Amino acid sequence: MARNGGVAWMRTTEKIDGYDLSTSDTEEVHVLAVDDSLVDRKVIERLLRISSCKVTAVDSGRRALQYLGLDEEIQKKETNGFDGLKVDLIITDYCMPGMTGYELLKKVKESSAFREIPVVIMSSENVIARIDRCLEEGAEDFIVKPVKLSDVKRIIDYTTTELREGEQREGARARRRGINKRKQREGDDDLSSSPPSTLSSSASSSPSSSIQSAAAPLSPSTLDSPTRRLKMTSSE
Amino acid sequence: MELVQIQRRLVDYTKSLFMEGFLDAQFLQLQQLQDDSNPYFVFEVVSLFFEDSEKLLNELTIALDQPNVDFKKIDSHVHQLKGSSSSIGAQRVKNACIAFRNYCDVQNIEGCLTCLQQVKQECYLVKNKFETLFRLEQQIMASGGSVPTIELGF
Repeated sequence: MARNGGVAWMRTTEKIDGYDLSTSDTEEVHVLAVDDSLVDRKVIERLLRISSCKVTAVDSGRRALQYLGLDEEIQKKETNGFDGLKVDLIITDYCMPGMTGYELLKKVKESSAFREIPVVIMSSENVIARIDRCLEEGAEDFIVKPVKLSDVKRIIDYTTTELREGEQREGARARRRGINKRKQREGDDDLSSSPPSTLSSSASSSPSSSIQSAAAPLSPSTLDSPTRRLKMTSSE
Repeated sequence: MELVQIQRRLVDYTKSLFMEGFLDAQFLQLQQLQDDSNPYFVFEVVSLFFEDSEKLLNELTIALDQPNVDFKKIDSHVHQLKGSSSSIGAQRVKNACIAFRNYCDVQNIEGCLTCLQQVKQECYLVKNKFETLFRLEQQIMASGGSVPTIELGF
């Protein structure tokens, strides 16, 4: 895939700066981080890199959309917009001038190409109404700032799990299609039984113990996040 | 002074900054992000904060000096400053910003002016503290030693 020369307003923290030749099959999660604060951008970038992610950090919702290729004002012929790497996760500040994180979330969820990408919102304000609004709009999670290493690790862990499970589901589906086709050829019309699923969602994540703060232990498969607990316990 | 003594001094000094409320746990988070591959991470982030805060404080000074004070703009700047101070663990600056925003909410100019002075003072104080901290770290590194980090719950 051809790559452009990289633009000044965004930075991919890989040394090969925009000319990354890896595909999305690699283990590393590629995160698009959006925050208008330079200090926060630097911190979130480091938090993500230390959690073994590739990071592209931009300073506004608009830039984020441009990166994804969703900016209406820029015509995109290729499906990949700026030919950036495939984005596995978007993490965005809520309060930003111009386009808020909420508005960015909506735009991403409205797009057929990108709605599957999990979006996490960060905010210094712990307002239940705001959290609910974001979750209802499809946000994956909501982190209260300042962001800690445990917050990032939790999110990356279940993003990785979901990605892996997604691939396994794809593989299982493809295998079922293959088996069904074979059965059709053999004249067997019993298509209801599918082969035993090979999904084993045992995403073993071992958080490095020494740097965990006294937060809840990570359990990616149960999505043990404060917001989920919050959602379950809040009255309807 | 011997390396061990400087290291001891750094640990004690850092602890005192926590005791006096200058720093909170978020600063420890930042330290955890520093390692051999990024030995100046904390210094870089803190430096960014002071560049940022200087600009914001200047804008705030100008904004409060206007005949028609734009409280929305002021609130926005203070919100930014509160956010970045919180991200580096500069607790007293953050708290001063919270007080500032309260006066903004009720559009109390006098209160805002007092708070602006407060925030400037806290920035100035913590900047000096950081400078001492980094100086000690430099001395340790120059002597070939490693910078000790303090544990949570000391």
